[in-house]
Amino acid sequence: MNDMTPIQTTLKDWETDQEVRWCPGCGDYAILKAVQRTLPMVGADPKNTVFVSGIGCSSRFPYYIESYGFHTIHGRAPAFATGIKLANPDLDVWLVTGDGDGMSIGGNHTMHILRRNLDCQIMLFNNEIYGLTKGQYSPTSRVGTPSPTSPIGSVDRPALPCAFALGAGARFVARGYDVSKDLPEVLIAAYRHKGAAFIEIFQNCIVYNKDRFDDFTAKAVAADNQIMCKDGEPLLFAKQTKGLSLDLETLSLKVVDVLDGDWQAAGVAVHNPRNRGLAHMLVEMPFGAFPMALGVIYDDPAPTFESAVIAERASLIAGKTADLGKLLSKGQTWTVPEPGDAHGLMD
Amino acid sequence: MATRSAQHGPADGAGQDAQASVHEGSPEAVVVRFAGDSGDGMQLTGGQFTLSTALAGNDLATFPDFPAEIRAPQGTLFGVSAFQINFGSSEITTAGDAPDVLVAMNPAALKTNVQALKPGGLVIADTGEFNKRNLEKARYEASPLDDGSLARWDVLAFDISALTLEAVKPFGLGNKEALRCKNMWTLGLALWMFDRDRRPLVDWLSAKFAKSPVLAQANIAALNAGHAYGETAELAGPLRKLHVDPVASEPGLYRTITGAEAVSLGLVAGAQLAGLPMFFGGYPITPASAILHHLVKMKEFGVTTFQAEDEIAAICAAIGASYAGQLGVTSSSGPGIALKGEAMGLAIMTELPLIIVNSQRGGPSTGLPTKTEQSDLYQAVYGRNGDAPLPVIAARSPADAFECAVEACRIAVAYMTPVILLTDGYIGNASEPWKVPDPASFTPFPVAFLEENNNPGGKVLPFRRDARGVRPWIKAGTPGLMHRIGGIEKAIDTGNIDYAPDVHQAQTDARKARIDGIAHNVPPQEVALGEARGKLAVVGWGSTFGPIHQAVRRARRKGFDVSHVHVRHVWPLPANLCELLSGFGQVLVPEMNTGQFKTVLRDQFLIDAVPLAKTSGQPFAIAEIEAAIATFFDGIPGNEGGEVAVNETQLPAPEIDQP
Repeated sequence: MNDMTPIQTTLKDWETDQEVRWCPGCGDYAILKAVQRTLPMVGADPKNTVFVSGIGCSSRFPYYIESYGFHTIHGRAPAFATGIKLANPDLDVWLVTGDGDGMSIGGNHTMHILRRNLDCQIMLFNNEIYGLTKGQYSPTSRVGTPSPTSPIGSVDRPALPCAFALGAGARFVARGYDVSKDLPEVLIAAYRHKGAAFIEIFQNCIVYNKDRFDDFTAKAVAADNQIMCKDGEPLLFAKQTKGLSLDLETLSLKVVDVLDGDWQAAGVAVHNPRNRGLAHMLVEMPFGAFPMALGVIYDDPAPTFESAVIAERASLIAGKTADLGKLLSKGQTWTVPEPGDAHGLMD
Repeated sequence: MATRSAQHGPADGAGQDAQASVHEGSPEAVVVRFAGDSGDGMQLTGGQFTLSTALAGNDLATFPDFPAEIRAPQGTLFGVSAFQINFGSSEITTAGDAPDVLVAMNPAALKTNVQALKPGGLVIADTGEFNKRNLEKARYEASPLDDGSLARWDVLAFDISALTLEAVKPFGLGNKEALRCKNMWTLGLALWMFDRDRRPLVDWLSAKFAKSPVLAQANIAALNAGHAYGETAELAGPLRKLHVDPVASEPGLYRTITGAEAVSLGLVAGAQLAGLPMFFGGYPITPASAILHHLVKMKEFGVTTFQAEDEIAAICAAIGASYAGQLGVTSSSGPGIALKGEAMGLAIMTELPLIIVNSQRGGPSTGLPTKTEQSDLYQAVYGRNGDAPLPVIAARSPADAFECAVEACRIAVAYMTPVILLTDGYIGNASEPWKVPDPASFTPFPVAFLEENNNPGGKVLPFRRDARGVRPWIKAGTPGLMHRIGGIEKAIDTGNIDYAPDVHQAQTDARKARIDGIAHNVPPQEVALGEARGKLAVVGWGSTFGPIHQAVRRARRKGFDVSHVHVRHVWPLPANLCELLSGFGQVLVPEMNTGQFKTVLRDQFLIDAVPLAKTSGQPFAIAEIEAAIATFFDGIPGNEGGEVAVNETQLPAPEIDQP
């Protein structure tokens, strides 16, 4: 995000005249609306906003946001974003990527944009499948995922995007899902975070991986199987009847029962998004034995890449003037005199 | 102390050229090669000798030739690093074929280089390094200094190591550090031989070792001792002071410049002329890294450098910067350019300016990282998926690389297109005198970004083309002109996704026509040497300029009807080139590849261009091209052109291989 005067816009201002071409019922529609709702809330300015994407279903996103947009090549959106932001740090840069684009072909760039801490929002739509290429398993597909390239189920172990992000040095890690009413809140926090903000958004691919996340997003089970992490609040779920506590013997999280709302007695931990160790534990909790951690899991700003580049440049050029003639004649030179002049002089 | 074997070899058969033996009083041109272990500082010695040569007013060309290993095992044949300089009082365009003087710092350096030396040439060798161990490493059974095997040459062998140790004794250096001054001792001797001023070297050493004055003093003492050795040692015969007269150059201010420096300066100048900040995305690769190293020091000219995580990120970041209104530049060598291919396609599809510098090296794959080749021409012209045309410019020499870089910037912004600038390892590393241009003499080509809606009453049309087929450049961040671009085929004018058959046909045609049109906006092709029509045109591109030029000059002296045409704009080809070439009976194309430009010329003009191919990782020798030209005039039908034999010596000189 940038320190700029908030601009008054409405959701309509962020819609383009382009027909949205995702499959009917795709989770991307909900994410698009959440983003279009968020942008007016944070006072974003369309002319200073750039959506950058790679390749995949999610990467069509920029065409549907009335701002600047660049639909680039597979996996490389972080590199384009880096060039855009370094060229004009006033631009608000959003990246839209997917589990294939951002974790597979572009995994390298995802790592480097995070460790450099370029100021931008990175939305990784995770549907655990390759949608645009018709349903092959992806690097986040669970073991045993049947697909055209894994007829008896995939054998690769999946990557955990948030754990990857933390490992790469991300200073902001959050999770949400397509139809979650909390998604704008997570996006607002990401926007306000100065630096690379990584948001994993579980997204329902209704054609190739339908209802994959139902076990924590379906209305009937959501309360029991998801935990919304909020700064300064106890890590409670299942209508406050359960919580996460630190097991001092194993130095890991455990689920504890909370009686009569007395979470303190149950030893439930309080969420602190500046605690990197806690963030690691929250994103790596095995689902099933644990709920799915959502919300702002980690948020601890550090100096951004572009500010470091600007500072480095300032110190390199301090006291120097941009004199092209001087630059061209740098080093040891000699003069060949006009005929009739004195012998050549060494400068 | 000095031993000498002065039996002369057979007479030099190739003596008609400007180069002369060191035995003559005031030769027109002299070729000196410094060769030693890669840890001996030969590139530094050569570089400083080059500077002193330039300061003495001689024209010159150099050829640094070093192994891919940073510090190959000491004393080995593959660890030899060499630096050749050709300098003289007339125009010099190549590093010279056969050296007149070889300075060999150890047996391996002698072994890998002596075959290239002219018969009767001078070998200066350090006997201190010709011990049993080093002789074994160089696979000599007996010392070549003693067994008469160097009879073809003059040999001056003395213990440079011991002389250096003696000279730096007062400074109390350790043995290893003291021996490091050997290269300065040798340089001192060379400066004496060629009547050079030591002052600039002394200043340079003082500045280089400002933080450790003892090292500065020791090196200066070694330099002086080497010089004094030449002056006072009573040496008869080969070691004799030579004065090479200054070349008659155009009046003006001069400096020496390498191709990598010239490209960097040209890019900076080009961005300034366009009125743009420059964004340079790079990833270290030999021999292209030097450009990134130079640009890092030029940030006051609005240069941002970004060392990316890989070649792909380097070009993608540069394209991103162009989208945000800066001049995006990336640079690499063949393997890295291969990785950038997909992103180049995106720059072509989104019609954004971009400069891609390829410092070519031997390929395929990792190939020959430190050796030179011109084998990426197909890659530059044809090497992308889809119909993906872009302009390609090739620099012919280090100094020419400056103008070419400016030209690349001009075309990129004028036509909203990526441009490939081809140099090679030879151009990148070699240096030559450069007449410093006056910035006031450049014609600016300021960029006009679109700032007002070009479709009043409607949405901006980012792909509305002008008469030349060029779309407007809209800086991300411009109020009211928000638009989306991408790699998918797009509708006319709006740029919205559209891959209807007629749309793709129209856009493919538009992309091609726009690039083809550049042929009419580049200077008409001229003849570099000779008549504009005749029996034979020798057509070159890139760093073959020097050897072709000299070979054609020699052939013309023999009365052959031959001209030299050197093409800078290799894609699209200048509009008049076809007509020009059709004025010649035959066309010979010498290239450091298997005949790539020959194919382009045949394809574009349906002419029977004859290739002269060489892929040994070494530049052409003049004599090789001269010999090929001669086959067109020998009256033997079907004998024209041909291939260059593989040479085993580092810098081939076929005329001495047949004694």
